[in-house]
Amino acid sequence: MSATDTGLDLQHVSKDLGGRTIVDDLQLDVRTGELTCLLGPSGCGKTTTLRMIGGFLVPDRGRVLISGQDVTTLSPDKRPTAMVFQNYALWPHMTVFKNVAFGLRLRKLPRAEVKERVERVLELVGLTHHVHSYPARISGGEQQRVALARALVLEPKVLLLDEPLSNLDAKLRVRVREDIREIQQRIGITTVFVTHDQDEALSISDRIAVMSGGKVEQYADARSLYREPATTFVAGFVGTMNTYEATVVPGGVALADDVVVPCGALSATGDGVWEVGVRPEDVRVSVDGGGAGAEVLREVPRGHYKELVLRAGPHEVRAFVGSDLPAADRVSISFSRALLYRDGVLHRSAAPVPA
Amino acid sequence: MSAIESEGVVLGGLPEAQLPAAPVRPRRAVVRGAAHRVAGVVFIVCLLVFMIGPIAWLALRAFSGLWQYPQMLPKDWTLNGWRQVFNDPNLRHSMRLSFEFAPIVTAASTVICLPAAYAFSRYKFPGRRFLLISLFATNAFPKIGLYISMAGVFYSLNLMGTFLGVVIVQLIGTVVFMTWIPAAAFSAIPRSLEEAARDVGAGPLRVFFRVTFPLAAPAILVAMILSFLASFDEAQGTFLVGVPNYITMPTEMYTLVLNYPEQVAAVFSILLAIPSVVLMAFARKHVMGGRLAEGFQLR
Repeated sequence: MSATDTGLDLQHVSKDLGGRTIVDDLQLDVRTGELTCLLGPSGCGKTTTLRMIGGFLVPDRGRVLISGQDVTTLSPDKRPTAMVFQNYALWPHMTVFKNVAFGLRLRKLPRAEVKERVERVLELVGLTHHVHSYPARISGGEQQRVALARALVLEPKVLLLDEPLSNLDAKLRVRVREDIREIQQRIGITTVFVTHDQDEALSISDRIAVMSGGKVEQYADARSLYREPATTFVAGFVGTMNTYEATVVPGGVALADDVVVPCGALSATGDGVWEVGVRPEDVRVSVDGGGAGAEVLREVPRGHYKELVLRAGPHEVRAFVGSDLPAADRVSISFSRALLYRDGVLHRSAAPVPA
Repeated sequence: MSAIESEGVVLGGLPEAQLPAAPVRPRRAVVRGAAHRVAGVVFIVCLLVFMIGPIAWLALRAFSGLWQYPQMLPKDWTLNGWRQVFNDPNLRHSMRLSFEFAPIVTAASTVICLPAAYAFSRYKFPGRRFLLISLFATNAFPKIGLYISMAGVFYSLNLMGTFLGVVIVQLIGTVVFMTWIPAAAFSAIPRSLEEAARDVGAGPLRVFFRVTFPLAAPAILVAMILSFLASFDEAQGTFLVGVPNYITMPTEMYTLVLNYPEQVAAVFSILLAIPSVVLMAFARKHVMGGRLAEGFQLR
């Protein structure tokens, strides 16, 4: 990858706060025009990372590069980044227009140009009818879009979004995240989006960096993150995963001595005890035999599919099946695909796992 | 009242036909209610007499001629007291001085204390709590003790009887307002509002003047009003340091009470109260209920 393709590059970045290492030797590159999500539980260091990109914190070690240029120690006002804050941070004593125009005015642009650029960006976010309203007078979703407009109007090289949807209600959240993605793609801006909501991350990102303990656990696109989580942390954090301590026997997974579940594809083979991960949709359930026996504990309707909670030997198995599967007390199960982990890390044999 | 309400709850479930005639208010409750009301009225009247009484008396006194004990109201009315105040060069001079000192002290206090207030609110530094509390301490002890020890220092610095000396002694009483109130206001402004301004390209000074200061302005204005009044009403320290060169209105009161007719003292008291009333009314109208306060209700 050439330097010009890399919009943002974090090299071995570390940050200690209050005697604790919050971000630990973090490596991350974001291609120009790409939307990357930093996904992780609270306290994983994702916001600290974002604040180091924005210049609100200076890394203790490592470098931050934007389009190949080292900005590690530049203050926020001297960086080509723009941030949308979690609480939007609109200035309550300025109208929407003045909020958006503030940065342009600081750059001493002619009045006519300021007006034209503000109007263009407000049109982009669909807020032309609120130009002269005060932030307190408009709804949360509209405030959010003003914050986005204020960031975009300066045409930054990198757009930073700090949990921008967490103050919106569930329905609005889905719509606004699609709006953000649509605008981001239209202007092709390099974007880093911080969230703890996996749904949000999976639905709008080009790539997702799952963080834990100040490190990136896995950096991949939504599909491979879901289908091939590189660590057990990612497997547990993204989506639902059945996990077992089990051994691998020819043709299947032995959940217990007497419970051998046939398995179509395994990520690796080998002796000894593995941590085995199986997605609920990779559990095949049939009512007419062919597999290991399992008892149906619960049936949870989920609309177009249903979730079955089963017991196979000592273990609980969750399965997503079509809602047309007839109800039964006992079923037989097999796995179409299982991932094998050792020491928390995915093991892959030479043969690729069919996705 | 509460007895009837609880009765209503019990009866609420019964069909309408079984309801007894409208409940009669028990006699005991009526008596008790009346007693409460009378006590309340008596209390409010006492309070009014206490608060309004002296002011009313002052107002009457300022316009009265001869007024002797058994009469409820003065026998004749006159503007003599007012004429005397405005014709007396000493008194006129003291009024001018007061209106010079108060704005200067307020301005000096603002310049000195606002940066301190900002530092108290935004930075954590060693001794921060101790310094904050010690600002209060100057107001907690009897002022006169403080002023006497200050006088000792002032003598050696040749500040006694000087303009600067009076300004400094009046500053002492304003520091607490000008530091604590703006510091609280600065703390109430989310840091992200300042960060957002940095983010779009404003330097630290510009952030302060374009974002932080306008948002804290209502509180700063209140602090300035309180400082102005504290300086305007300050008598003890000004007397100790300023006499005989700088006699402001409150210090003049000492002489007035002893050496002038009562009406003159009354007129002077009213004059002394005018700035307080005007500034408080201004603060109420423009600071408490204004659009500025509304702007803070961000969702």
